[in-house]
Amino acid sequence: MKLDSMYQEVILDHYKHPHGRGLRDGDAEVHHVNPTCGDEITLRVKYDGTRIEDVSYEGQGCSISQASASVLNDLLVGKDLADAQRIQETFLELMQSKGRIEPDDAMEEVLEDAVAFAGVSKYPARVKCALLSWMAWKDATAQALDAGADAERKTA
Amino acid sequence: MTQLPGLLDTEAIRKDFPILDRLVHDDRKLVYLDNAATSQKPRQVLDALSEYYERYNANVHRGVHVLAEEATALYEGARDKVAEFINAPSRNEVIFTKNASESLNLVANMLGWADEPYRVDSETEIVITEMEHHSNIVPWQLLAQRTGAKLKWFGLTDDGRLDLSNIEEVITEKTKIVSFVLVSNILGTVNPVEAIVRRAQEVGALVCIDASQAAPHMPVDVQALQADFVAFTGHKMCGPTGIGVLWGRQELLEDLPPFLGGGEMIETVSMHSSTYAPAPHKFEAGTPPVAQAVGLGAAIDYLQSIGMDKILAHEHALTEYAVQRLAEVPDLRIIGPTTAEDRGAAISFTLGDIHPHDVGQVLDEQGIAVRVGHHCARPVCLRYGIPATTRASFYLYSTPAEIDALIEGLEHVRNFFG
Repeated sequence: MKLDSMYQEVILDHYKHPHGRGLRDGDAEVHHVNPTCGDEITLRVKYDGTRIEDVSYEGQGCSISQASASVLNDLLVGKDLADAQRIQETFLELMQSKGRIEPDDAMEEVLEDAVAFAGVSKYPARVKCALLSWMAWKDATAQALDAGADAERKTA
Repeated sequence: MTQLPGLLDTEAIRKDFPILDRLVHDDRKLVYLDNAATSQKPRQVLDALSEYYERYNANVHRGVHVLAEEATALYEGARDKVAEFINAPSRNEVIFTKNASESLNLVANMLGWADEPYRVDSETEIVITEMEHHSNIVPWQLLAQRTGAKLKWFGLTDDGRLDLSNIEEVITEKTKIVSFVLVSNILGTVNPVEAIVRRAQEVGALVCIDASQAAPHMPVDVQALQADFVAFTGHKMCGPTGIGVLWGRQELLEDLPPFLGGGEMIETVSMHSSTYAPAPHKFEAGTPPVAQAVGLGAAIDYLQSIGMDKILAHEHALTEYAVQRLAEVPDLRIIGPTTAEDRGAAISFTLGDIHPHDVGQVLDEQGIAVRVGHHCARPVCLRYGIPATTRASFYLYSTPAEIDALIEGLEHVRNFFG
C-alpha cells in the first residue's frame, strides 16, 4: 500500500517514542506553527561554540511533524554547526523533491533515519509537517548566533 | 442498504454530479465528505458555465451589441434568482461579491467609513462569537484596530452551543454591529437567531449573519431572519468558485458608503469628485464575476428543483445516522452537539490521540475525503483544548453507505496507529 511509503516503521517508532522531547536550557527559543493544520512546536537550541549541545522541543501535531522533530534531535545534537547545516539542507532538498529523489548511499549517510521521510515528499500537504521542526531549528540557530555575535561585540 | 426516512433519491441525484463517479488512488471509489469546504457541481451548472462562454460572453452593463445585452440579462437574471432564493424584498438588495469573506469584509468597511448613525468608532462596540470562521473574526478585528472600537464576543458551552447567558452584558447600548454565524462550519451548531436579533434590536445595533453553511443546506429567508446583512458564498451550494453574495437592507445600502471604487459603481466622474450608482451597483466596482453569477443562478435552479426543505430533511436524517454511528467508534469524541437537534451536517471529531492529519491521510488512502485541521476556526479548537479536528460534512448527494464507509475507514485508522 502507498500509505506505507509515508508511514515508514521508523517514523511511527519516532512518533510513539520521541527522542529528546521536553524543553531544556537553551540559547534561543522559537515557536513555529503550521497554520493549515495546527501543528505547533516550541524549540530551543544550545550551543557550545559552534557545537550543538542540545536541541530540545515541545509540541503537538501529527505523526510526521512529531517524528521529524525526534529525528532532528537524534541527528543534530553533538554535531558541529557546519555539518548540521549540511544535514538540514540535504533534508530540505529531499523534502522538496516531490518524490523524485530516491535517496542514494551518500544521502543515506548524511540523513540516517531521516531518509525515511522520502515518501512524505510525495504528499505536498504533508511536506510542511516534516519541515516544521527543521525550519524552527534554523530560525533558533540564527537567533542564537545573532545573540552570540551581539554579546561578542559588546565585550570587544 | 440502510434506509432512513426523509432521504432524497440519491441514486438519481448522483447522476447529475460527474465527479462522484471518479476513482481515486487507482481503484478506490470517491467518498466525498468535505462538503462544508466546497460542494461538487452538477452537470446543469457546468453546462450553464460553458454555454455562457460559448454563446453569450461579453462585458455587462456597457455596449449596445447583442452579446452585451444578453450577458447583462443573464447576470441580472442571476440576481433575480438569488433575491427569490433568499426571499429578499428587492433585487437591488443583492450584491455580488467574490465570496462570503469579501461580503463580510464589505460590511465591516461600509461601517468603518460610514457617518452617524452607523459609524463604528472608539466609543462603540462590535460583537461576534467564539465559533466564527476566521472570515467573520478578522474583518472585525481589523475594524476594531483601525477605529478603536471594542471587540466583544459570546463564548461557547461545553456542548458546542453559544453561551448567551450574559447576552445583556455582551450586547449593550454601545454595540453598533452584531455579526454571527447561522450554522457553524466546525461545530455544526445551528444558532438561535431570534434571541440574538431581539437583543440587538433592543439596543439599536445592526445584525450581520454569516449564512455560508446555511444557504446551501436549508431554506434561508432574510425577512424571517430579521437581519440587516446576510452573507454567503456560491461554491458551497453547487455553484462555481468566485461568486459570493451580500444581502443588505435597502435603506442601509442607500445610506452606507461604497468600499471599492472603480468602473460600474459610479454615476458621474470628474477629476475632482464622483457620484455613485444606486445599490447594488454602488458596491460592485469593476467587471463582476459574470459567468460565476450565471453559474450560481443555475445552481439555485438546481437546488430549487429538488427543494430546500427536502435537502434539509435529507441532511438531517444523515446527520442523525452519522452521530449514532460515530458514537460506536471507540475513543471518538464529537466536538459540537452530539445529537442532530439544531445541528447541521458538518460533524467534527477527534479520535483518541491520533492527530487529525494522520486520520485524514489514512482515510484518503481509502478514497474518503474529509477535512482536517482547525477549519479556519482556531478559537474553537483553543476553547475545547484540541489542536485540530477531523470533519465529515454531507450534502444532498451523500448517502448512508458513505457514512458506513467512513466508520469502516476510522476502524482502519485505529488499527493503523493502534
